[in-house]
Amino acid sequence: MDKIFSLVSGIIFGVGLMISGMTNPEKVIGFLSITHNWDPSLIFVMGGGIMFTTPFFFLLRNKNKSFLGVEIKLPQNTEIDRKLLLGSALFGVGWGLAGLCPGPAISSLVFLSPMSLLFLAAMFAGVLANKYI
Amino acid sequence: MTNFTPISSLIGGLIIGSAVVLYFYTTGRLAGISGVFANGLTTKKNRSSNLFFLLGLVIGPSIYLIINDQEVSFNITNSFFLIFVAGFFVGLGTKMSSGCTSGHGICGISRFSTRSIIATISFVITGVVTVFVLQQFGLYL
Repeated sequence: MDKIFSLVSGIIFGVGLMISGMTNPEKVIGFLSITHNWDPSLIFVMGGGIMFTTPFFFLLRNKNKSFLGVEIKLPQNTEIDRKLLLGSALFGVGWGLAGLCPGPAISSLVFLSPMSLLFLAAMFAGVLANKYI
Repeated sequence: MTNFTPISSLIGGLIIGSAVVLYFYTTGRLAGISGVFANGLTTKKNRSSNLFFLLGLVIGPSIYLIINDQEVSFNITNSFFLIFVAGFFVGLGTKMSSGCTSGHGICGISRFSTRSIIATISFVITGVVTVFVLQQFGLYL
């Protein structure tokens, strides 16, 4: 059951990314380029996502089981530490360099560009490198 | 340069939100893609579930491309070096800060997580600065 719901969630997520335009790196860079032909579309993508999810997270805020009876696991860390600040800053640099973040990078495989594969391979290397920090 | 598309972007965002809710209500986990990617490839726990989600991320857009008759653009830099550095920073940065645009930007903010709000502000600022610096060197899409 878990696997079917994961697959369906992934499919819906991927369709949402395509419709939103975020699978095009040029559009993401257009958002980050505030001084030159700014394209604010990304705010509407994030806004739409947050608008939809907020009431649903609120409804289950004090529950420890999902509707299917699965245990809910939420991040427990509330510390604003160096890793959070450095990591998010580093992520932003990578995001700006290519115009890709993890979701669109995976979905962009449908465009059959070697750049998507190279990006994902480098992203995996980055994940592994975290152990040595 | 791209055109401002508030309506399709809002609709896409709402659809992404619905996927996050479906995933959370059924599996009890947050649909942060950097986490699903890293866990799917490096840990045994929930591996098949994570990999199925990643597979869906490719199947969904494939279906969209088949159904939709308009062309969908994918314009990216042609520098292998830039892409490699970018991917490495995205992988390392999201692992260090435990989240990306979906995990911090959507899931975290809608749960009013201070960590996620700070992370989102941080990656948007460095993203803006990075694009600005690249443009000073004449490197932009």
